[in-house]
Amino acid sequence: MSDAEARHANTLGAAPVLSVRGLCKSFGALTVAQDIELDLPGGARIGLIGPNGAGKTSFVNLLTGMLRPDAGSVLLEDRAIDRLRPELRVRRGLVRTHQINTLLAETPALENVAIAIAERKRIGWRMLRYGTGWRACLDEAEARLAAMGLGDDRLRLVRELPYGKQRLLEIAIALALKPRVLLLDEPAAGVPAGETRAIHEQLGDLPQDVAILMIEHDMDLVFRFAREIVVMVQGRVLTRGSPSEIANDDRVREVYLGRRVR
Amino acid sequence: MNPERSRATRSPPAEKPHAAGWGHLLPWTAALAFYFLGADFLGLGTNALIMVLFALSLDLVLGYAGIITMGHAAFFGFGAYAAGLCAIHVTNDPVTGLLIATAAAGILGFVTGTLILHTKGVTLMMLTLAIGALVAEVANHLRDYTGGDDGLHGIRMAPLLGAFRFDLWGHTAYLYTLAVLLAWFALAWRIMRSPFGRSLDGIRQNVRRMRAIGTPVWWRMVAVYSLGAAMAGTAGALSAQTTRAVGLTALELLASGTVLMVLILGGTRRLYGAFAGAVVYVVVQDFAAQVDPFRWMFVIGALLMAVVLFLENGLMGIIDFAAARARSLWREQTPR
Ligand SMILES: Nc1ncnc2c1ncn2[C@@H]1O[C@H](COP(=O)(O)OP(=O)(O)OP(=O)(O)O)[C@@H](O)[C@H]1O
Ligand SMILES: [Mg+2]
Repeated sequence: MSDAEARHANTLGAAPVLSVRGLCKSFGALTVAQDIELDLPGGARIGLIGPNGAGKTSFVNLLTGMLRPDAGSVLLEDRAIDRLRPELRVRRGLVRTHQINTLLAETPALENVAIAIAERKRIGWRMLRYGTGWRACLDEAEARLAAMGLGDDRLRLVRELPYGKQRLLEIAIALALKPRVLLLDEPAAGVPAGETRAIHEQLGDLPQDVAILMIEHDMDLVFRFAREIVVMVQGRVLTRGSPSEIANDDRVREVYLGRRVR
Repeated sequence: MNPERSRATRSPPAEKPHAAGWGHLLPWTAALAFYFLGADFLGLGTNALIMVLFALSLDLVLGYAGIITMGHAAFFGFGAYAAGLCAIHVTNDPVTGLLIATAAAGILGFVTGTLILHTKGVTLMMLTLAIGALVAEVANHLRDYTGGDDGLHGIRMAPLLGAFRFDLWGHTAYLYTLAVLLAWFALAWRIMRSPFGRSLDGIRQNVRRMRAIGTPVWWRMVAVYSLGAAMAGTAGALSAQTTRAVGLTALELLASGTVLMVLILGGTRRLYGAFAGAVVYVVVQDFAAQVDPFRWMFVIGALLMAVVLFLENGLMGIIDFAAARARSLWREQTPR
């Protein structure tokens, strides 16, 4: 395929935005990634499920550069990013949320989002002439918080917010970075059932070509969100398929050992 | 537009209101008043202002960015020697010397910062300590240039801006130091409210979060470390120029400890904490040393312990408390 064709295919959402090739990682005797192969095309909505300790979070850490793989390669828009530091991967649009809230606790919610916007706009270096630039960041942050239902909490310090609202803030920050690829690590864990709707709506509002991988134990949310589901067990991809295929897969039922998959 | 909304977006959040308005007036008016009222103590006053600047520089690095450095005096001393040597060998114009010393210390900060800032925690602390010791040892060895233990003497400064001679009573020195401090303070105040400054605050709180939003953490830390070094270098240069001498004590590890104490005493991450800490330190040092020249450190030590144990944010904690009390009293007594 020529370059031009490849680019054309890309705009159609056929070529992968993110490709994972033969990713391996072990912590001593414990293998958390075993030859993982995965493509995320533009617009992908993939659910990643698996029992506790399967290696789902480790997988995200490997993709984002928080962990160094033993073998394998990660390509973002056809470029190997294995040697890029985590923050540079983020700048290229590979964005994640954390399973456990990772926020600036002593900073107001509004500012947590605004500094992310400032980095996205590449004005994080500004020291002296920043008045209008920073104000624009605050305005956008305010709108984003309002959309998440956090409008009234914008001036509260993060540590004063209930855990569920901190979860939403974590997601609001990721969305504010305008990702090309979004990796959500159990976004709904700890969010009161009534508030997962905000997450779902916000994800729905993202541009269609953004590729999303969502790790989630809340099967309702996964099955509502995902068009394809990947099942991971002990660092391996056990199987993958459409939500209905996965729901009827005997092996998956076995892994979840009686826990009903829908 | 909704007024509630506009207030929220116009003023940066989490800024204590008193610090933004009237709070500025008090310390600077006091500093200026001291010039007229404390004529016999201008030398002491100048030392206090220099200590303020030194502690302020540490506040950027340690208070805001959370880089715990035990060797900050290296930059103060480097600036002092740079200014002294510049005055003796190159030019004795004070402003030129000040700029050269500032740049030199900033460069030293950049070079050492790039070497050590990829580490963290105790390792980083040890490395800052090592660099502090190293710079002091080099100064000690380069006897021919620095005068070694005897110190650097024979500094003669030309009149400031070609017009104001450095007089015996320290009038020029005091106002010169105050002006330089004000310039750095205004710069620091602005920078710490900038996106850059806020990213430092974030780095101190949670590096993982900052990486996850794409902040080049290492570069930001190198930048603030260099900035703090440059500022400390200015303080050192002012000390060399106003006392006309530099001694090895300027960059001894003890000096690094002292400035740390001053900052903690005053309160970190407030900028004005440096004022409170330095003024109290210099005054206590002066008075206690007159009473008992050998045990004045005991007073400082006891004071520091009391502050750390009982106050949340140094001496600024007391000021916060007093300001809050005053405001509530004011509100009670003002009929609506
Ligand atoms: N840095 C590490 N060092 C050693 N072991 C680790 C490390 N990180 C994770 N592990 C282990 O690797 C295994 C996989 O962990 P991981 O967090 O990836 O699982 P997970 O699929 O996200 O599980 P959960 O659903 O509970 O979040 C676990 O047994 C965990 O204890
Ligand atoms: Mg996990």
